Amino acid sequence: MKVVILGCSRVGALLATELFSKGDEVSVIDQDPGSLKRLGRDFGGKAFLGIGIDEGALKKAEIEKAEVFIAVTNDDNTNLMAAQLVREKFKTSKIFLRVYDPKRAEAFKELDLNIICPTIDTAKKIEKFLSEST
Amino acid sequence: MYVIIVGGGQVGHSLARLLMAEKHEVLLVEKDPARYGKLSEEFGESVILGDGAELDTLMDMGANRADVLVAVTGMDQDNLIICQMAKILYLIPKTIARVNDPKNEEIFQSLGVDATVSSTRIIGSLIEEKIDAGMFIPLLALKGGEVEIFQTQLSSDSSLIDKKISKLTLPQNCIIIAALRENQIIIPKGDTILKENDTIITLVGKDAKDTFKKLFL
Repeated sequence: MKVVILGCSRVGALLATELFSKGDEVSVIDQDPGSLKRLGRDFGGKAFLGIGIDEGALKKAEIEKAEVFIAVTNDDNTNLMAAQLVREKFKTSKIFLRVYDPKRAEAFKELDLNIICPTIDTAKKIEKFLSEST
Repeated sequence: MYVIIVGGGQVGHSLARLLMAEKHEVLLVEKDPARYGKLSEEFGESVILGDGAELDTLMDMGANRADVLVAVTGMDQDNLIICQMAKILYLIPKTIARVNDPKNEEIFQSLGVDATVSSTRIIGSLIEEKIDAGMFIPLLALKGGEVEIFQTQLSSDSSLIDKKISKLTLPQNCIIIAALRENQIIIPKGDTILKENDTIITLVGKDAKDTFKKLFL
């Protein structure tokens, strides 16, 4: 499976390494060369310097061949724009993105995208622990 | 009209000023505290500190009452998401986004932004216009621009070629003072005939400038 990951954040780097070790073909895009260093020596996929809201950068990372696109930069708006750009322009069938702001995640839930909101998830998890421990 | 402007940089700042001068109700949103401080000296309560993509910011300013939202930050992703949120959550009828990268204009429009403005594209086409008009190279302005001397190369479809100068219909206050052909300098007389690729030097009065330029378009 071909996967393009935008944002070599901790999540991005972790996912890239895991998916690669499972045999997926992985491309990672980040605008900061320092962040790309998070990909350890074991990562045998491809790393690209560029911004993800740029069609050219996405094409370079072979988005046209990808089945999965994952937007996990630290900026909600970048993730939202990149995900919509990919949905409009390419045939990538599965799109996942991270949106920290619960309200923004709510506003865009109607779109055909898989939005993950770590803020809500974390809060729910803690609440669950609390309710179980009492 | 009630207009919300997100982004208090130079574009947002001058837009706010223009719209206020035209008596529109304006609310400017700026997220940088230092810049907000400066803007509030000029705009008072018409500027607020906040992130245009944060729900509470927009809520506080009665966004659902707005007729137009204009997003003019320096980041395309912010401008897009701000406009989309304005549409989805507040049903603001018209959204306008500044597009920093002209490549994004098309995608913005297909994602629901009503209008886009790309300063890069505008500056580009202005320069292109100047290059086209580059046939008119201003050499000298006299009397604070009352009279100007232009250099112009004649193309094959120019209405000035292959005719005696005395037969040309030049505007008043306009005179051809020299023609450069290859290495020759020709001081024209009534029976001089201009040719394709000649470079002509013309003295033009301010009032004749537009008519003169149209001769070559």
